[in-house]
Amino acid sequence: MTKSLKLSLAALALAAGFAATAQAADITGAGATFVYPALSKWSADYNKVTGNQVNYQSIGSGGGIAQIKAKTVDFGSSDAPLKPEELAKFGLGQFPSVIGGVVPIVNLPGIAPGKIRFTGPILADIFMGKIAKWNDPALVAINPGLPLPDSRITVVHRSDGSGTTFNWVNYLSKVSPEWKTKVGEGTSVKWPAGVGGKGNEGVAAYTKQIKGAIGYVELSYALVNKLVYGSVKNKSGKFIAPSIASFQAAAASADWANSKDFYLVMTDAPGADAYPIAATNFIIMYKKPKDKARARQAVDFFKWVYANGDAAATSLGYVPLPPALVKQIDAYWATNFKF
Amino acid sequence: MSTPASMTAMSSDLRAASDAKHDRLFRWAVTAAGLFVLVTLLAAGLSMFWGGREAFQTFGFGFLTSTEWDPVQQKFGALVPIYGTVVTAMIALIIAVPVSFGIALFLTEVSPPWLRTPIGAAIELLAGIPSIIYGMWGLFVLVPYLGEYVFPWLDENIGPWPVIGALFRGPPLGIGMFTAGLVLAIMVIPFISSVMREVFLTVPNRLKESAYALGSTTTEVVWNIVLPYTRSAVIGGIFLGLGRALGETMAVTFVLGNAHFLTTSLLEPGNSIAATIANEFTEADSPLYLSSLIALGFLLFVVTFIVLSIAKFMLMGLKRREGK
Repeated sequence: MTKSLKLSLAALALAAGFAATAQAADITGAGATFVYPALSKWSADYNKVTGNQVNYQSIGSGGGIAQIKAKTVDFGSSDAPLKPEELAKFGLGQFPSVIGGVVPIVNLPGIAPGKIRFTGPILADIFMGKIAKWNDPALVAINPGLPLPDSRITVVHRSDGSGTTFNWVNYLSKVSPEWKTKVGEGTSVKWPAGVGGKGNEGVAAYTKQIKGAIGYVELSYALVNKLVYGSVKNKSGKFIAPSIASFQAAAASADWANSKDFYLVMTDAPGADAYPIAATNFIIMYKKPKDKARARQAVDFFKWVYANGDAAATSLGYVPLPPALVKQIDAYWATNFKF
Repeated sequence: MSTPASMTAMSSDLRAASDAKHDRLFRWAVTAAGLFVLVTLLAAGLSMFWGGREAFQTFGFGFLTSTEWDPVQQKFGALVPIYGTVVTAMIALIIAVPVSFGIALFLTEVSPPWLRTPIGAAIELLAGIPSIIYGMWGLFVLVPYLGEYVFPWLDENIGPWPVIGALFRGPPLGIGMFTAGLVLAIMVIPFISSVMREVFLTVPNRLKESAYALGSTTTEVVWNIVLPYTRSAVIGGIFLGLGRALGETMAVTFVLGNAHFLTTSLLEPGNSIAATIANEFTEADSPLYLSSLIALGFLLFVVTFIVLSIAKFMLMGLKRREGK
């Protein structure tokens, strides 16, 4: 009796579960790993409020772009913006989702986070292997009083293609003409020096294991794992430690208003307090999707995110978009996403 | 009288027919299983060649000899990964083969019987550890130790030697081809030693006892009786381990350094075919880049095939010498 009751109850619950999933629309997205922690938190919160589910697969920016082009997902996500010509060719639109940034991390004894200073050209020279010792005059000159040892610098870079790498080398290309001609920019490049670690965790692990190592990771990763990061001199000549505030300053000072399809890489932003290697993640969607209802759902989700997701993003080490940019995105949706 | 006899004849005829049918079915089934291997192998090879055709067309033979790997300029060459794959697998074998010999001979010839089961079980457990665990152990335990003590010592003491010294010069990162070879050695030892142990057990006791009766020492029995009797199977076991070392991905990615440089030094970081594919596949954002990675997969196929063929030829050579 009790057994059959339990069974029928279970069947009922199961049926109810199916019914619920059938009602709620499943929005699917794929792309950059960078935005995954924020998106999954938002998705869980959104699900609690609306019952709608957002499934996001963090397969990498390249994969995200390929998936949205193949129309297997409702939105793709990339850490590098697509050029307006490429968007037009495929009938795609794009908009920023959240802001983060890339920070240099070091393995040097006796140096506290944020204390060691770099400039863009010095970072480029280090990553090209031209500055090979920690007590190089260029480093000593901008770090007076810091105990820089007479030891080799070992460069640690990403071994996998990554949006983190894209933003890092994009910055180095902007500040060092030599980097731009010799190495260039991309989600993976031909590194002139060093060893490669897989993922943020790989770079962090190598940096921790090798004395005198320098690597680069996302800010949220550096903060959570208490890595020793450095400050970087920005365009207006100030040394800026990476923080949520300095990323916000970078986002606010970037020239979004004049960008077409938000095609803008935020590195080397002009603001006085802007951290120079801030980065944006982009969402890519079809302007004329085959499933309009689902595309509308996806836009609704991001609308909800901009209105309610700031606290969740900040708690994870991301920086929410400035209000002016959100307004611009609203206008972009209104003119481009007519579904 | 004749009825039962004809019935038996009939039933035996029926039986023969059904037996023949079953036999045919059985033969088809096992033939299909055998062909399945061949078809899978061919399909895998062909599809990788097809996937990599753009890279082969663009770079031609230069793909094999170029050390370039530049995703920005779209120039790719496979020499660095091929070199890294072969060198790390060789280091692994140089370390693993003698140790596996030792383990297998100890277990079959020397060890007291009560110790055989626990050591045998330990080997099988080692074989079951996932490769990512070996990789993490390599990175977090082995690398700091090597970087602190072993690499500086090698650099200082063996580095200045002529010829061999070039293999052991370099910064003491603790990460590099030597470390990858070491981790691979530990990973393939269970495979090689368990095959060897099984094979050594097949040596008839009669042969060994006769040799002992003639006054041979254990060493002599091993070298003159056990090894010649089992040679081809032992080499088969070694090549099973080699196959695994060539294709290992995760553990190598952790400790190899993933840097596209060609160096003579084993202490410097390098790259392997499997590690390159695992690292770069997800973000290979141009058709040529993707095609180059698949072409690398095809080359791993070719490298493994060549290595195994060399093994077969070695075996045939040994057999011919025995015949004389």
